Amino acid sequence: LPALGSRFNFTETVLSPDLPDLGAKTAVSTKALMSETIQARVLRVIATTQRIPLEKVKPDSTFEELGIDSMDSINILFDLESEFDIEIKDEDAKKIQTIREMIDGVTYLVDSKVNPTPQAATE
Amino acid sequence: MGVISALGHDQQAFWQALASGQSGIGPIPQEVGPVPEMGMNQVRFKNGAAVLGYDAEAYFSRKTLNFMDRFAQFSVIAAREAVAAAKIEWTEELRESAAIITGSCMGGRFTDEIGYWELFHNGRTRVHPLTIPLGMSNAGASHISMEFGLHGPAYTISTACSSSAHAIGNALWMVRSGAAPLAIAGGSEAPLFLGGLKAWEAMRVVSPDTCRPFSANRSGMILGEGAAMLVLEPLERALARGAKPLAEIVGFGMSADACHVTQPSAEGAARAMRSALRDGKLAPEQVGYINAHGTATEANDRMEAAAIHAVFGSHTGALPVSSTKSMHGHTLGAAGAIEAVATVLALRNGILPPTANHSEPDPECDLDVIPNQARAASVEVALSQSFAFGGLNAVLAFRAWP
Repeated sequence: LPALGSRFNFTETVLSPDLPDLGAKTAVSTKALMSETIQARVLRVIATTQRIPLEKVKPDSTFEELGIDSMDSINILFDLESEFDIEIKDEDAKKIQTIREMIDGVTYLVDSKVNPTPQAATE
Repeated sequence: MGVISALGHDQQAFWQALASGQSGIGPIPQEVGPVPEMGMNQVRFKNGAAVLGYDAEAYFSRKTLNFMDRFAQFSVIAAREAVAAAKIEWTEELRESAAIITGSCMGGRFTDEIGYWELFHNGRTRVHPLTIPLGMSNAGASHISMEFGLHGPAYTISTACSSSAHAIGNALWMVRSGAAPLAIAGGSEAPLFLGGLKAWEAMRVVSPDTCRPFSANRSGMILGEGAAMLVLEPLERALARGAKPLAEIVGFGMSADACHVTQPSAEGAARAMRSALRDGKLAPEQVGYINAHGTATEANDRMEAAAIHAVFGSHTGALPVSSTKSMHGHTLGAAGAIEAVATVLALRNGILPPTANHSEPDPECDLDVIPNQARAASVEVALSQSFAFGGLNAVLAFRAWP
């Protein structure tokens, strides 16, 4: 995945009505809260897909701690694609090794989707 | 032996391509289903190893074709070539007892998919009445039996990518034990239909460009279609009728990883290899070529390299290994048979087919992979290896016939 941290650019425009259910239809306008919402949803998807308690899934958990192998990871990415209506490229999927990378990657893709910039579109 | 694949419609074309390192990988034709909405524009990857220039009506009557899925057509075409090349003269007695054992992973699911499309997409309330007989995985064996009028044991094995290696191994046992005086064995697959392609796409194991087994810059597997059939008979019987054996099948080994449904285990693979050597009473040093499973996924290639090192130890350095999937693609249930044919032709011609598309050695796969150029070598024994999803492994050992 490209360097994600520098690309966070959440603004009010993120909350367009055509977004899938972000679980935050009430006013969520700050960058921090928005990211947290995406993070919470990613963690929930991981817990559901892996059939493990949500409280065990932390942003800094390792795949090993959660018993996630390569096929599990592909299952999770599939469910994340459905949850956020995004498409994760194979070459990006191969690089993802941590929960944090999943969160950052989804955040980046959701951002690219609602704020398509020439820069994002070419990546 | 008979073979139809992306490398051509017969054994001669197949060998010509293998010996010259020519790959049959390219864009999958747009029309993978009967209507444009079922086409390749819905699939993220574009390339495969399709049988091109295939005119079913050149092989079968229209009426017969109504009863045959593409995979069953390939089965019969390969069997016809194998039986003709072996110069089998059918007697009533032979027809009563000859065996047919085929392998297929997906069978006629292309046909099933058309039925589902009618139901779920077109909102129809009924599907074609021949959906069941066209879709069944044993259709290949059944149509071969009808083609030659064979009334003996006939069945189909479905062990994913090991299917036809298991089929040939079982045929070896039947012929060796005297249960059948002759067997037609091999496999067939026609997996290039939308639902199948989407399922492979979802696993994220398919290459966006080509198949580079054992290369550090590999990008995944390439799906292929086709069939191969072999005629097996006891050596004495073949010699007595004046036949010219192509090679001896001397060993068959099987194992189950029993660990993970998609992650292969080097230990499981090694057990199947050792079992094939033991069955053939072979010393590791006698083996001079391995036709590898070599799918060009990182999981397979590194596992397979580790298994070869575990079984062959210091002999590994003197043991050329190639993956012909780099040319004919991964034909799933037909792979074991297509690669068995490649292995026998290598022994017969004294030429080892290369691993095509090899561009960057992978330090984790420390093998002599015969990169890109076929190599002349007189080899006594060769292995053909198949390691299936689900951890079911089958390895065949062949000895050159002088």
